[in-house]
Amino acid sequence: MKKYLISRVFSMLVTIILITALTFAMMHSIPGGPFTREKAIPDEILRQLNAKYNLDDPLIIQYLDYMKRLIRFDLGPSFSKVGVSVNDIIVAGMPASARIGLLASIVIIVLGIPLGIISALKQNKPIDYLVMFMATLGITIPSFVVATLIIYFFAGKLGWLPSYGLATPLGYVGPVIALSGFSLSFVSRLTRSSMLEVMRQDYIRTARANGIRELSVIGWHAMKNALIPVVTYLGPMIAAILTGSFVVERIFAIPGIGRYFVDSVSNRDYTTIMGVTVFYAVFYMIMVLLVDIAYVLIDPRIKFGSEN
Amino acid sequence: MKKYLLGLFLVLGLVAALFGCKKTDAAGTGAQTTDLTRYMNWNIGADPKTLDPCLNGASDGGDVINQTFEGLVREKSGKLYPGIAREWSFSPDGLTLTFRLRESKWSDGTPLTANDFVYSWKRGMNPATASEYSWIWEYTNVVGAFDAVNGGSLDAVGIRAVDDLTLEVKLMTPTDYIVSLLSFYHFMPTKQAAVERGADGTWAKDPAAAVSNGAFMLTSYRIGEGLTLVKNPNYWNAAAVRLAGIEGRFIDAESTAYQAFLANEFDFIPNVPLSEVPRLIAEDDRFFVYPLLGTYYYNFNMNLPMFQDVRVRRAMALAIDREEICETLGAGQVPAAGFVPPGFLDHQGKDFFETAGMYGFATDGSRVAEAQRLLAEAGYPNGQGFPAFSLMYNTSEAHMNVAQLVQEQLRVNLGLEITLENQEWAVFQDTRKAGNYQVARGGWLTDFMDPMGLLSIFTTGNAYNDPKYNNPEYDTLLSQAARTRGQEHFEALYKAQTLLMTDVPVITVYHYADMMFASPKLKGWDRSVLGTADFTGAWLEP
Repeated sequence: MKKYLISRVFSMLVTIILITALTFAMMHSIPGGPFTREKAIPDEILRQLNAKYNLDDPLIIQYLDYMKRLIRFDLGPSFSKVGVSVNDIIVAGMPASARIGLLASIVIIVLGIPLGIISALKQNKPIDYLVMFMATLGITIPSFVVATLIIYFFAGKLGWLPSYGLATPLGYVGPVIALSGFSLSFVSRLTRSSMLEVMRQDYIRTARANGIRELSVIGWHAMKNALIPVVTYLGPMIAAILTGSFVVERIFAIPGIGRYFVDSVSNRDYTTIMGVTVFYAVFYMIMVLLVDIAYVLIDPRIKFGSEN
Repeated sequence: MKKYLLGLFLVLGLVAALFGCKKTDAAGTGAQTTDLTRYMNWNIGADPKTLDPCLNGASDGGDVINQTFEGLVREKSGKLYPGIAREWSFSPDGLTLTFRLRESKWSDGTPLTANDFVYSWKRGMNPATASEYSWIWEYTNVVGAFDAVNGGSLDAVGIRAVDDLTLEVKLMTPTDYIVSLLSFYHFMPTKQAAVERGADGTWAKDPAAAVSNGAFMLTSYRIGEGLTLVKNPNYWNAAAVRLAGIEGRFIDAESTAYQAFLANEFDFIPNVPLSEVPRLIAEDDRFFVYPLLGTYYYNFNMNLPMFQDVRVRRAMALAIDREEICETLGAGQVPAAGFVPPGFLDHQGKDFFETAGMYGFATDGSRVAEAQRLLAEAGYPNGQGFPAFSLMYNTSEAHMNVAQLVQEQLRVNLGLEITLENQEWAVFQDTRKAGNYQVARGGWLTDFMDPMGLLSIFTTGNAYNDPKYNNPEYDTLLSQAARTRGQEHFEALYKAQTLLMTDVPVITVYHYADMMFASPKLKGWDRSVLGTADFTGAWLEP
């Protein structure tokens, strides 16, 4: 186990270096820069601005400088907010994004998995059709449509929900629904098909033949195996959802970090592009690692890499 | 089973940790005001890059700075009011401008003197400060200022504190608009001790470090979320400030801010969804539209052989129905025959836009026959033989709408084949600057009350001369206008615009409009002609 973890952490470090190098190269290769302005900045001022943010060094030096700072968890100053560091931006935005993301994740797991199981057990019955119909809707309707409709009806027309922000508990309702819609539908479909597959396996028949109670067959023997593909999906999904959504945060005016994934690119805010990318990458890799550990817990056939 | 319980506890712990901090957060973000009736709710739009007057270059930051800082003068709806300057006068030759300041204080209670202006202005033009708006010093005509921006000596700049309450400004040439230009946020004072307290620019967003001299002062700033301003008791005109404070939000999704406004959560929002505009103009008296001092146009790439013939350029400018475009956009835009928008008064007090006239162009489609004749004369009857070209704009729904209309009008009226091309904003700016286009969108908003601010961008070598227009006579007229005032100044400008519209390096489309939504309960608000919000005299009725 220890050996396995060490090798995983090592490969994560290599991945981070690759991701930063690629992101760095790509963002510097697109036209425009952080000081591209409609009203041209005088050359002398531009020179000073570039010097101030070390943009006048050769790219490789800039990259090495960045990596040196990254080791100390210093993500550098933001180009689009004077006197604010990328660390500040992430620290300020992460709680709001994570709160909505965590609630959405809970909704997805608590509703999505049982709905998928019920659907599988009642295959081709009205309830199955209803759940799958809803799931298809959830997958095909984009979150910005859901979010806009929620604001228009529940905030605008009915006045049940606040139009923006998270100042009251009711403020979470809209963003959580909009954020969880797709994944909730996806998880319930995934659980259903995986469950159907498992239910046809020999060992389920054996379990039943042995007289094990039906609840126990489904809830323990079948579910453990049916959940493996679901867990595979849940790990990266949670990483994506907890780090915020550009669309949902923008429409509900939530001060999270989701917006910076897009805004930083249009602003050519180099340090913020790098900062949020690294942050997301690390988070993502940790979630994938947790998923791999979860496999071992769920499925006795899977063992930690080289240990056995 | 233990493992699962452990997992459950971990999740619960995470939930508790995340939501545990909510209480303190809510206290910071919610209604922390004691006298709610007199706190105004304002959606600022985007989270400003900075609140430091010297460093700011964006309208959202400028809107906030206009509430928290006070310059020598304040301009509301085109009228100048004394600010920190009690009065001012020009020397007989017009080259020395003297401001007599009132006794006033910074928000921390320390006295504000003429030296604070000298410090701030030199800071603004000092290349080491790297202010994005430092180029504006070129238009002040202040002795040595633009040299300083380009690395020249700061000591040679013609600004001087004669005593604590007298500020003297030396000009290279008499400049009528200088006083109104100095009401702009770049020229508002900053306090040296506050600025130098921390790393560059951090002071302005940190309520503990921010020192200002305007009607309001910053008491809370929350990244990506909002800010709180409260009345500054040390403001020289504090008696006239009737709001206890302002709650500002950074909501950049227009439809969200609009819904919140309809739910009475805002008293003032700067924008509404475009699709709502025509209806609002017709039936909502809370909706305001003002002309903005700027012009929307298309650049011809004058370096290309296909646009060398002025008859071709003129034919295209004649064949466009500007009224149809403005009606389709429906947000109060004014069809543009010339380049200078309405709102500039000349030496006789007449509007430059109206006096200038149409230059033989039409705002509707009534000159199409002439356009067809010109194109035929140029050798392309019904557009035959004219190469297909692309019209480029930066990606946005509104720009796309205009481009599609122009594409269709030129196809139907002149038989020209045009493809549309769009690029993301930063990429587009680079492409346009490099001249890698055939026809490209342009837009220019001026920053001071003189038509020169618009016309001068087409002088040879100007950074914003995207069509690469080059006419020595035009350059001469503009430099003549820069050196003169009154009649001579305006005559040169009228001639310059006539020349520009004869050479047609650009197709002017419309003059911009600015819109906002204000609650009927909010009284006394105002704006500068350049479009900066002003709540210094605003109040809320019950």
